Amino acid sequence: MAKGKVTFDIETCKGCELCIEACPQLSLALSSKINAQGYHYAVLIKDNCTGCVNCALVCPDAVITVYRQKKKSKTPVARITNVTQNITVTIDDERK
Amino acid sequence: MSPEITQDLTAEEQEQLECVYAKPETLTETRFHYCPGCGHSVVHRVLMEVVEELDIQDKTIGIAPVGCSVFAYHYMNIDMQGAAHGRASAVATAVKRLLPDRYVFAYQGDGDLAAIGTAETIHTCNRGENIMIVFINNAIYGMTGGQMAPTTLLGMKTSTSPTGRTVETAGFPIMITNMIAMLPGVAYVTRQSVETPNAVRQLKKAFTKGFQYQKEHKGTCFIEVVSNCPSGWKMTPLQANKWLVENMFPVYPPGDIKVPA
Ligand SMILES: Cc1ncc(C[n+]2csc(CCOP(=O)(O)OP(=O)(O)O)c2C)c(N)n1
Ligand code: SF4
Ligand code: SF4
Ligand code: SF4
Repeated sequence: MAKGKVTFDIETCKGCELCIEACPQLSLALSSKINAQGYHYAVLIKDNCTGCVNCALVCPDAVITVYRQKKKSKTPVARITNVTQNITVTIDDERK
Repeated sequence: MSPEITQDLTAEEQEQLECVYAKPETLTETRFHYCPGCGHSVVHRVLMEVVEELDIQDKTIGIAPVGCSVFAYHYMNIDMQGAAHGRASAVATAVKRLLPDRYVFAYQGDGDLAAIGTAETIHTCNRGENIMIVFINNAIYGMTGGQMAPTTLLGMKTSTSPTGRTVETAGFPIMITNMIAMLPGVAYVTRQSVETPNAVRQLKKAFTKGFQYQKEHKGTCFIEVVSNCPSGWKMTPLQANKWLVENMFPVYPPGDIKVPA
């Protein structure tokens, strides 16, 4: 699964191509289909989006919603308190 | 062409991804009437993102100009007031003086702010009115069919300078932003743009500062946005943004011109 994903409000897109130019991953293109306004609309064509938000920042018409992989949780796996002597701790982190 | 990827988030995506960007709630559902790729749209969006992030939607009042952005009040989901051509900063002055606890901005094009409204602009800034002026410089009159503006570049062809602007007949592109920076009542003057993701990030910071300084009663904040007019310039949006970098930036270089002490 890619690290990010974008979705488009297809009917609002004006096919200006600014998002396509701004995408460092070359993930976007114009569809061969047109929307009700008569514009070829932008679509995601590759499964390599990183969710960097660049496309949404330049989109004049606020067409794009961006999703990105959630940050790994920062909750501690264990808490060690009241240590009086040397101890050895081994953590088996299955989250990778 | 590669196949389109389905818009729907798979079950796995729904679980592992989170939304990091969506259209701000401070924009209405109404679609912008602007031409494809028009900088006005980007600036509207960024301005409303800042209003949303600062949580000042019910405390912000915008003044719409005459020009392509005359219908800004259809899109920005805040209190707004229209003004006669060029007079937005005068109306903003009145609104701010009557309601000093509100965040007030005037949103104006270059024809509006630097031609018919030059007197109002300069005197508002000279009085140091505690408002923010957003100045969209696309070097042309967009709304009325691409006529020459005071900001039109030398040699630039418009419908009223079909062979290109010359100094002999029309003088030099007016550096109104630099002129305004000289006035003591003006606190913050910056020139920004919207042609790349990083430019948009910088503009967002500038709007945030503008509202912050207004809260601190610093004086007038003047934010120029070097923008495009693909239709008036007779270019595609991509061509227009490239032309902007190559031709507008040498005359109107982006960056801060005056910052509060
Ligand atoms: C008093 C008056 N004079 C002239 C006009 C015609 N007019 C409408 S918009 C405009 C210029 C707009 O240019 P600009 O401010 O650069 O905005 P843009 O459309 O480029 O965003 C003019 C001259 C008018 N509406 N009212
Ligand atoms: S979020 Fe970034 S990587 Fe994904 S489509 Fe947009 S610009 Fe490309
Ligand atoms: S930038 Fe926005 S309006 Fe332009 S093509 Fe991309 S999604 Fe459509
Ligand atoms: S005429 Fe120019 S400024 Fe007006 S909406 Fe079209 S591109 Fe934008």
